[in-house]
Amino acid sequence: MIKTQNNKAWFLVLPVLVVVAFSAVLPLMTVVNYAMNDTFGNNQFFWVGLEWFEEMVTSSRLHAALGRQVMFSAIILAIEVPLGIYIALNMPKSGFWASFCLVLMSLPLLIPFNVVGTIWQIFGRVDIGLLGHTAAALGFDYNYTNDPFDAWVTVIVMDVWHWTSLVALLAYAGLQSIPQAYYQAAKIDQASRWAVFRYIELPKMQGVLLIAILLRFMDSFMIYTEPFVVTGGGPGNSTTFLSIDLVKMAIGQFDLGPAAAFSLMYFLVILLVSWVFFTVMTNLDRQESK
Amino acid sequence: MAQITLKNLAHSYYPNASKDEDFALKEMDHVWQDGGAYALLGSSGCGKTTLLNIISGLLRPSQGRVLFGDRDVTDAATAERNIAQVFQFPVVYDTMSVRDNLAFPLRNRGMDPKYIAERVQAIAQMIGMEDRLSRKAQGLTADAKQKISLGRGMVREDVNAILFDEPLTVIDPHMKWELRTQLKKLHRDFGHTMIYVTHDQTEALTFADKVVVMYDGRVVQMGTPEELFETPAHTFVGYFIGSPGMNLLDAKIDGNRAHLQGASVSLGAAYGPINGRTQIGIRPEYAALTRGDGLPVSIRRVEDVGRHRLIRAEVMGQPFSIVAPEGMEICADLTHVAFVPQKINVYADDWRVKEGAV
Amino acid sequence: MALELQNVSRSVEGRVHIHPTTLTLQKGTMNVLLGPTLSGKTSLMRLMAGLDAPTTGRILWDGTDVTGMRVQDRKVAMVYQQFINYPGMTVYDNIASPLRIMGRDAASIDKAVRETAEMMRLTPMLQRRPLELSGGQQQRCALARALVKGAGLVLLDEPLANLDYKLREELRIEIPRIFEASGAIFVYATTEPEEALLLGGSTAALHEGRVTQFGPTPQVYRQPADMTTARVFSDPPMNFLPCVKTFAKLALGEVTTPASGAFASLPDGTYTAGFRANHLSLHQQSPDAVPFSCMLGVTEITGSETFLHLYHGADKWVGLVHGVQNLADGAEVTVWLDPAHVYLFDASGRLAAAAAYAQSDLKGAA
Repeated sequence: MIKTQNNKAWFLVLPVLVVVAFSAVLPLMTVVNYAMNDTFGNNQFFWVGLEWFEEMVTSSRLHAALGRQVMFSAIILAIEVPLGIYIALNMPKSGFWASFCLVLMSLPLLIPFNVVGTIWQIFGRVDIGLLGHTAAALGFDYNYTNDPFDAWVTVIVMDVWHWTSLVALLAYAGLQSIPQAYYQAAKIDQASRWAVFRYIELPKMQGVLLIAILLRFMDSFMIYTEPFVVTGGGPGNSTTFLSIDLVKMAIGQFDLGPAAAFSLMYFLVILLVSWVFFTVMTNLDRQESK
Repeated sequence: MAQITLKNLAHSYYPNASKDEDFALKEMDHVWQDGGAYALLGSSGCGKTTLLNIISGLLRPSQGRVLFGDRDVTDAATAERNIAQVFQFPVVYDTMSVRDNLAFPLRNRGMDPKYIAERVQAIAQMIGMEDRLSRKAQGLTADAKQKISLGRGMVREDVNAILFDEPLTVIDPHMKWELRTQLKKLHRDFGHTMIYVTHDQTEALTFADKVVVMYDGRVVQMGTPEELFETPAHTFVGYFIGSPGMNLLDAKIDGNRAHLQGASVSLGAAYGPINGRTQIGIRPEYAALTRGDGLPVSIRRVEDVGRHRLIRAEVMGQPFSIVAPEGMEICADLTHVAFVPQKINVYADDWRVKEGAV
Repeated sequence: MALELQNVSRSVEGRVHIHPTTLTLQKGTMNVLLGPTLSGKTSLMRLMAGLDAPTTGRILWDGTDVTGMRVQDRKVAMVYQQFINYPGMTVYDNIASPLRIMGRDAASIDKAVRETAEMMRLTPMLQRRPLELSGGQQQRCALARALVKGAGLVLLDEPLANLDYKLREELRIEIPRIFEASGAIFVYATTEPEEALLLGGSTAALHEGRVTQFGPTPQVYRQPADMTTARVFSDPPMNFLPCVKTFAKLALGEVTTPASGAFASLPDGTYTAGFRANHLSLHQQSPDAVPFSCMLGVTEITGSETFLHLYHGADKWVGLVHGVQNLADGAEVTVWLDPAHVYLFDASGRLAAAAAYAQSDLKGAA
């Protein structure tokens, strides 16, 4: 789409720029400041250059947290994307049940993060939780406060429960935009169910799926509240993801310099990944409109 | 290949239809001969797409049977009916190459790869896309995509019928000529039964051997283009076929003369007494301006349509169109309009009356 | 009031959409933009409307430069191929909406809406919503909304393309009537030559972003400036055959005929002869007519006429003849052509001599 040039439009953007400057850019600069200095209190700062960054890059603690983080994001993407698509494919296309499913699917998305954490924290408890108690009664040795594997399972199941709907809803929107004629043509061509998915549904969902993956990746990469409420990062450090580690470092230990350097690198990683996604998506768009 | 028979067929989109107007398709019996080129012509909402979807099995009729040859396929799924269909908007598999698009229906049926390759090559040549076979279908123009859709419909040799649902809607006028003649040639060469749905009379008449005109869920006439033009069975056919449509004038019929408000014209044949609203229908092509013969006419507008002139006039207070040859001068002394008597049709309550009928 | 385009062009990312174009559209005229898809009709309209800024050139409205002016500040109305109405509003509110935005008082809005609705034959449907109407009525509603604000420039971008054939026929008769009542400049884009002829007025033939000819519609039809215009303005496509003029003789393919009329004064050399489908016939209809033997590809019968798809050597021709002709496909047929219906184009494709009939015809019309 070609748009008319109009420089006055900048005035409309100005208020947003001001707000963003105060809410994002200025705090970010404070973080940059912390990352380059050391302090012993009293508002006295010493220039240390990139020292904190060096320390963080070589820190085995950070490596471990990053490893857990990547693993977590990879697992939930591997579960939520196919599951979301599967649910979308099986949702009714119209009528009462379609609306019913849509409402049902939106419910988890409406619950605040800390409430989700609390729900699962209680749900999984062996003493009073429905899930924990049932598992124990059935003879499973399930306890997310002691067993790292159980803790992981709990955190992942929680995330899948919370966010698969988002992927499903986006995929559903993509599916709804496919004209009926495509399905009819496929029937006439005797295409298998798999071929219909592979050559009609998947290509048409491509755009929304990329957005879904991007959103889910960024969200899961920054996840904090839910695992913190459920496991507090434990047992040990087994579910200490990047943001939990960061908060421990900054607030728990008050190591502001390393934490600031850490958060900047964290920010850059997310920026980089988003940029990669953005480039891929715009290229796809261009291909389509060619 | 097979003859397609519709027995007692009717369809309603309501589950418990009882009233006549609930039916999108009123009860009909119809036979499509094996190897015929048919057009299904009507305005939007006349039921033509419903009928097409019933034949292709995308819709199950609420009443009646569909037979392919002797086999009852009313409850058979689309894939079992072995038909091909081309839709109004191009349906191509975007991520596949043009070649894979054309080969798709054959591969799904597990054909021999060598046969597929030959067949795809032949079809590509027919639709003029040999040079783009390896290209991805995504990003082609609408024309090219629609050609692929046509090609995919044509690629199977053993289909019972090929159905077209307004396939030339997105095509430029110049390209329409080319694609239409190609379709015609394909029909001649392969002898498939073809059913072509359209609202465009030119497309319908030029494509088909037999045109089926539908109006309000009913087939009002089936005939050759010539029959539809010369002897429309219903005033709707007279209006719908021809551009502009047939002129209608209220008249009283007495033997071989028609009386109109004091004036009278002679008819090509004699008619018995007629009940109901009686009209005579005259094609604009069979009316000519004269200096005194026929009925008085007042000319409203003269349009130059290139190869002929279109005269918008009034006869007996009713609108009347006349087609005059290119370059004819319309002088002030042309005050009357005369008809070719043999070409006048008589209608009673919108249905054509056969000559001599009582 | 007039709209002037002075050397207006537009390129996007180095690709030329519109070549430099100079056009003057006078007040109260109907102007048809005729050309195939992607010939630049919509691009040109968007420039006229001010939706796009020209890369070069100026646009004058009544002598004032409006090149950079916003669309909202111009008095422009546009109707698209898709029926664009506000689905949640009644027809009445749809038609009234541009006036409400302009802040007119209720009484004058009511008057204008009712007048426009009457003209568009929408009065019985004023209280209905657009989606309850037929396609033709929906497009009438969109037209009414465009006309009600009394815009000086009304742009119609293939407004009938999505309508059924017969509805198209009806609206085609009405559009000239509506246009005459409005007094605005109408610009109407279409791909169909027949539509251009029915609308009359002036026609600009477009091809690949270039206006190849602009003039009164019958004149562009009968005296096309070049082969491109002739091709754009012929449906079925114009037929061509090579032609050589030597002294007083004209060799049309394998047939030789005396070079009479305008052809007599042409310099000797090679030309391309062009003629329209309806000027071929199966019988000799005038003493000057010359025969060509062709191979018949396919025939198409419309009920009153027959299209013949012919092969004349390597050239593909289309003939349109009266009556129903039942000829066998693949047969040898002889078709007749009167040289008075032949246009000659020179090597660069410009019109060298118009057909004799076209000149007398224009005089007759004038």
